[in-house]
Amino acid sequence: MVSQIAFASILGLVASRAYKSYSHIYQSIKLGKDETISGDSGTRWKNVLLVAFGQKKMFKRIIPAVLHLFIYVAFLFTQIELIEIILDGLLGKHRIFASLLGGLYTLIINSIEFLSLGALISTVIFLWRRNLLKVPRLVMPEMKGWPTLDANYILIAEIVLITAIFTMNGADGLLQKLDPVHYPDTGTLVLSSAVGGLFSGLSEGTLHFLERAGWWLHILVVFGFLLYLPISKHLHIMLAFPNVYFSKLKSRGEMPNMPEIMNEVKSMMGLGDPNAEEPPMSEELPNFGSKDIMDLSWKTILDAYTCTECGRCSSVCPANGTGKKLSPRKIMMDIRDRATEVAEVVKEQDYSTEAFDDGKSLFDYISDEELFACTTCNACVEACPVMINPLEPILELRRYKILTDSAGPADWMPMFTSLENTGAVWQMPNERIEWAKELNESKS
Amino acid sequence: MKVYTLAEYAGMDTEPEILFWVGCAGSFDPRAQKITQALVKILHHAGIKYAVLGNEESCTGDPARRSGNEFIFQMMALQNIEVLNMYKVEKIVTACPHCFNTLKNEYPELGGNYTVVHHTQLIQELIDEGKITIEGGAFQGKKITYHDSCYLGRVNDIYEAPRNILNKLDGTLQEAKRSRKNGFCCGAGGAQVFKEEEKSSNDKKVNVERVAELLETDPDIIAVNCPFCTIMMNDGIKNEGKEEDVMIYDISELIVQANKW
Repeated sequence: MVSQIAFASILGLVASRAYKSYSHIYQSIKLGKDETISGDSGTRWKNVLLVAFGQKKMFKRIIPAVLHLFIYVAFLFTQIELIEIILDGLLGKHRIFASLLGGLYTLIINSIEFLSLGALISTVIFLWRRNLLKVPRLVMPEMKGWPTLDANYILIAEIVLITAIFTMNGADGLLQKLDPVHYPDTGTLVLSSAVGGLFSGLSEGTLHFLERAGWWLHILVVFGFLLYLPISKHLHIMLAFPNVYFSKLKSRGEMPNMPEIMNEVKSMMGLGDPNAEEPPMSEELPNFGSKDIMDLSWKTILDAYTCTECGRCSSVCPANGTGKKLSPRKIMMDIRDRATEVAEVVKEQDYSTEAFDDGKSLFDYISDEELFACTTCNACVEACPVMINPLEPILELRRYKILTDSAGPADWMPMFTSLENTGAVWQMPNERIEWAKELNESKS
Repeated sequence: MKVYTLAEYAGMDTEPEILFWVGCAGSFDPRAQKITQALVKILHHAGIKYAVLGNEESCTGDPARRSGNEFIFQMMALQNIEVLNMYKVEKIVTACPHCFNTLKNEYPELGGNYTVVHHTQLIQELIDEGKITIEGGAFQGKKITYHDSCYLGRVNDIYEAPRNILNKLDGTLQEAKRSRKNGFCCGAGGAQVFKEEEKSSNDKKVNVERVAELLETDPDIIAVNCPFCTIMMNDGIKNEGKEEDVMIYDISELIVQANKW
């Protein structure tokens, strides 16, 4: 009874804390500009099934894909065990599913154990790849400090979690023989009975302690993980699904139109709708493009919180690959960090950003040097396993620099001037059709 | 071989089947002009009635839009759309993937709706319909490595048409290490070709990096589908000191060479 009350209060505490911090993430994402994401929902669900559930885009790189798959599938299946733990904890039962499911239970737990072993091996390899092998995309400058710690914390927690599962199941197997009334038969669990071998000869009391310790450690690591996610890159385990669902179905080649500029240019050219009402004159010059997270689409902020910093985008970026400062992953991390910074302040004002001004913007995080190095090649967009689009914010920020700040590379000025004056990217003395002269004179 | 403009066609009692959108590179860059001329020869030999806009054509606005200058993009685009709609243009072919992308994907939102094809798609169609044939001999024993441009490949998912054409030549088609969806940029897009690259921590340039990778396949010819890639590759190959050994050609030029047009 005491442990039931303890469990229920911890669960309640965790649930209320989790509700608070996940609502905060939701509100942080909503700080972005409203945007209706249109397009066929059938295609979206297909994407969720193939890309999010099916991990399709992970398999562009087979080794990390397989390792990740073990952790992912183990995670999905362990939810069954987790539900059982929560029910047991609340009802004061032990392995409530064992007697209900019988042979199926044995199969499920055995599967979870084998997947967990796979996940354990993967986790160790992941730690090795990050810390010893130093896979280039995992040790780029933006990974210094917290991002690397964050990744390692989770991997270590994963090891603790799996150790807890095997300790719990190993001790349980032995207890089933000693006290079958309290420990229902699970059938033979191949891997944990091997672990149980290590515990043979221990007293019933010690075994009971080990089983309970494993059980509590398991659930506490899970609770800790749940509360830790909102400040971690590992939020992707939840956000990957909505992020894939909401990712745009439009052609990659279509940049979002700016109707306000289109209409302005139309009326300049005398192409405007003569019946249209004059837009109200505003005192302030309008801002074009984005300088802060409030100007970016909410989908971009969702992208940023979904990013798990794998760096596939940056490893295929032609600018980054040739030693430029631009790293698409860093752009996404900067947007997330700025959103977090703004949200922390505006949560006191019910997440209203109307009066918000801390004298900073995204340009305190992202330099011109980064923004203007992008070739818009879409390699980053293609590379992302969870359909994040780092190109869109890069171009949004460029728009602000060029249109609102009148800044940007000096080299572009002659191009702009030439376009305005002659309609061609280069100011040329010759006619546009001069190339045809030679052909016009040829006989064949 | 007379190249007619749409304005000239307006005075005749016949209409062109297709508008050839030449683009700025194809109009003004001496290297890219050769690609324009090659495509004109192909259209001519296929008996296609085509026209160009000549001096009525402006930049599509792609480099302006991608550099962030939406005002100039809208100026270019709306002006072009006005001209295209005035001539009631229905079908457009272009040899530039950037023009192709903007005409195809970005003009509809602004009121310009046309069927737009890249010249590699049209060439494949002409071959399939038997309107042009490819003579053998010119590329016997030659190794041809194909470079996917970003705006034809990754952005518009056109991978097969250029390869199908190259497979019709009697050379051997080779793939680069990074190709198709994983193709590596030449460094020109996003208006980069109009400015110096940002400083690099290891003194690398995108085009040199790409050319070096293509050279790993030991090609005789690097085949491209974009005038800007052509320009970048030419620079890159000079940097590698290989401009005498490896030729860089647009796919249309290879057809012209094969047929000695």
